Amino acid sequence: MLVEPSAALANFFTPKSGGSPNANEIDSLYKIVLYMAAVVFVFVEGALLYSVIRFRAKKSRVAAQIHGNTPLEIGWTVAAALILVVITVVTFVKLPSIINPPNSGANATFLSASVNEPTPPNGKKLTICVQGRQFIWRYVYGNGCLNGAFAAKLPYSYTEMYVPARTTVILDIQSSDVIHSWWVPSLGGKVDAVPGYTTYTWFKADKVGALYHGQCAQLCGRQHAFMIAQVKVLSPSGYQQWLSSQSQAINRANQQVSQLRSILSASGNL
Amino acid sequence: MSAITAPEAESRPVETELRPVPQVLAHEVARPRQSKRWIDWVMTTDHKKIGIMYLVLTFVFFILGGVEALLMRLQLSQPNNTLLTGERYNELLTLHGTTMIFLFVVPVMAGFGNYFVPLMIGARDMAFPRLNALSFWLLLTGGIVFYSTLFFNPPEAGWWSYPPLSSIQFSPSGGQDAWIFLIHLTGISSLLGAINFYATIVNMRAPGMSWGRIPLFIWAILVYAILLIIALPVVGAAVTMLLTDRHFGTHFFDPTAHGSPVLWQHLFWFFGHPEVYIMILPGFGIISEVIPVFSRKPVFGYKAIAASTAVIAFLATLVWAHHMFASPIPIVVLGFFMLSSFLIGIPTGVKIFNWIATLWRGSIVLTSSLYFAVGFIAIFVVGGITGIFLAVFPVDWQLNDTYFVVAHFHYVLMGGAVFSIFSGLYYWYPKITGRLMSESLGKASFWVMFIGFNMTFFVQHALGLSGMPRRIYTYQPGEGWTTYNLISTIGAFILAVGIGMTIINLVGSLKRGRIAGPDPWKGNTLEWFTSSPPPENNFDVIPRVRSVEPMRDIRRQVERATGVTQKTGGSERFSRV
Repeated sequence: MLVEPSAALANFFTPKSGGSPNANEIDSLYKIVLYMAAVVFVFVEGALLYSVIRFRAKKSRVAAQIHGNTPLEIGWTVAAALILVVITVVTFVKLPSIINPPNSGANATFLSASVNEPTPPNGKKLTICVQGRQFIWRYVYGNGCLNGAFAAKLPYSYTEMYVPARTTVILDIQSSDVIHSWWVPSLGGKVDAVPGYTTYTWFKADKVGALYHGQCAQLCGRQHAFMIAQVKVLSPSGYQQWLSSQSQAINRANQQVSQLRSILSASGNL
Repeated sequence: MSAITAPEAESRPVETELRPVPQVLAHEVARPRQSKRWIDWVMTTDHKKIGIMYLVLTFVFFILGGVEALLMRLQLSQPNNTLLTGERYNELLTLHGTTMIFLFVVPVMAGFGNYFVPLMIGARDMAFPRLNALSFWLLLTGGIVFYSTLFFNPPEAGWWSYPPLSSIQFSPSGGQDAWIFLIHLTGISSLLGAINFYATIVNMRAPGMSWGRIPLFIWAILVYAILLIIALPVVGAAVTMLLTDRHFGTHFFDPTAHGSPVLWQHLFWFFGHPEVYIMILPGFGIISEVIPVFSRKPVFGYKAIAASTAVIAFLATLVWAHHMFASPIPIVVLGFFMLSSFLIGIPTGVKIFNWIATLWRGSIVLTSSLYFAVGFIAIFVVGGITGIFLAVFPVDWQLNDTYFVVAHFHYVLMGGAVFSIFSGLYYWYPKITGRLMSESLGKASFWVMFIGFNMTFFVQHALGLSGMPRRIYTYQPGEGWTTYNLISTIGAFILAVGIGMTIINLVGSLKRGRIAGPDPWKGNTLEWFTSSPPPENNFDVIPRVRSVEPMRDIRRQVERATGVTQKTGGSERFSRV
């Protein structure tokens, strides 16, 4: 299929948003810049086009020998600076709502307490560790996922992340090999996963049943194009169910592996 | 000073319809014997021959880089395409980026600089002619080392080569080392060239050419040289550290041994962002020469344009981390780099306003060169505006590493630098070859390129906003990217046809172009004072410079002395050849 008419004009002028407050705030900041940019664009391109067409060489025309105009030059320098001052002020006004996680909703799941991560004012959050590796994303759910995830037997999943709705989710992002970049456009901006560093971001998704697409945004090798990230939003109770079934599935798989291991070592094949 | 009126005496027989352009001849020079031996090119230290070799070589690399881009566009023209594998695609994107930056845009500016710096300042050669030849041969060697990897394993970690991906563990092939040597060789080439430009411009100007009378192109080349001297040693050191990490057991960038991949990013972009201005400032210089000549007006705000060039260069060394907004860096640092990046928008805006003001109330002669210059401004404005979006770091978190960025820097470098280079080619080709290019083919080439360019890159903004990351070799249908990608690919081929038309024009006009004479455009600067092409010594007499537009003064003087006046501003014949 070459043409997708329904999706063809999606996000022509504005970034993706709608999944999480930080993505929405970035979108509105972007739009403020876009409106100012549109005015500048029309003004400058208009002046250029007008002067090229209006002042074409004709027999009767003699070029005005003007060397400059200091007040005019100072004027447009100041005007350019003023536009940038406005954008700076707007950015710093908007910034807290983009970087600081808000409180989780009233009936949301979770608690966690860690010193380095960003934390919502009331401290209620769900921590998920995101680990990039060539060429897959791994997610470990729950407090202590950075250190001691194995000891605590925390549940984990690959590629598809499951999160409870209306809950502030904090992501602790790491990489085990090369640099990757975590990015699900509708849920906010991207954050690099750099080996040797832990980076953080957050999102708070409200729509139960929504599935958000993203993928690694930093070249990480030959199969970079297939390093997909997806976030599935569940109801808080649905999330609890998923967690326990995932834990059981992991346990079953571990048991099968250890059974296989004992069979193999008993028969001398390991 | 001898003063005669045109037509200029030409030794070779000319077809009747190719009559020379009527013009004032200000200065006659003795023609040396024309040597045709190839060894003269290899052994030469003449800045003009070296300049021509630079231009020809860099255009070969431009074509190679263009073919690489077209292959990538073909691969992306539809989802799940299997034309290229991930490995081939990564190789192509590394080759394309590296070629266009290190082997085309930076050295092509050195090519123009080599040919025109001595001519425009009234010098007989560069300050260090043999060093100049060495610069060229190092560039060629760098290109050969790099392209020889095509027969082995080309590098695949991108032109930015972030470790750990570029480390020995994840990029074991020698292609990565060839990339490092390319940076070394072209780096030394550019560094020597920069020192040479600096020494030439500071020491060898014509009598009377004070700092306030230097042509704006020369200001641009001077600042280009200073920026190269500041930036290149840093990347030279960085790639050396990468080399020792790869082969000699150091751990500068190795996170498993307390090294830091972020260190590389700082070092690389401390070079990488000045590099952007290294590529675009000489283009600004070309535009600042072309627009006044074809508006028949003095440049508006000479001092402001010259000063803004210097301010841009200063700020260019303070904005590097805006390439790293998604890296682990504290918010306060991001704020600093946002503000410094904003600041650079101001002098850039000043230049654009000054160019438009130069056109304003002029008597504009619409030559191909002016088409490309105006096209440059139109396109560059878009690149400048999208640059402001990217400088707002929270917005950049959405846009960084997407096709929005690809669109942005192609508006700056392809639409910007390349259109200015083409403007310079149409402007100076008659000086270099003695022949005019076809104006009708030039204008047709402009329109095809302009349409193809915007078709290719405008939709890439939308692709990025729709969430398509850069550097992926394929994608799934249903993401909303398919249509945009197809449009972009078709545009790329249209753009290629437009570039092809200029290449045909370049080659075809060598033999068939009209005889240009010394000053077909009524130029303002001293290169138009001597014959086309200039003799080996450039000038038999070097005139005293009394303003920013010495050639204009000389032309007036000659006209007064001979009583012959030329139509000013009227429809000159060359405007509709």
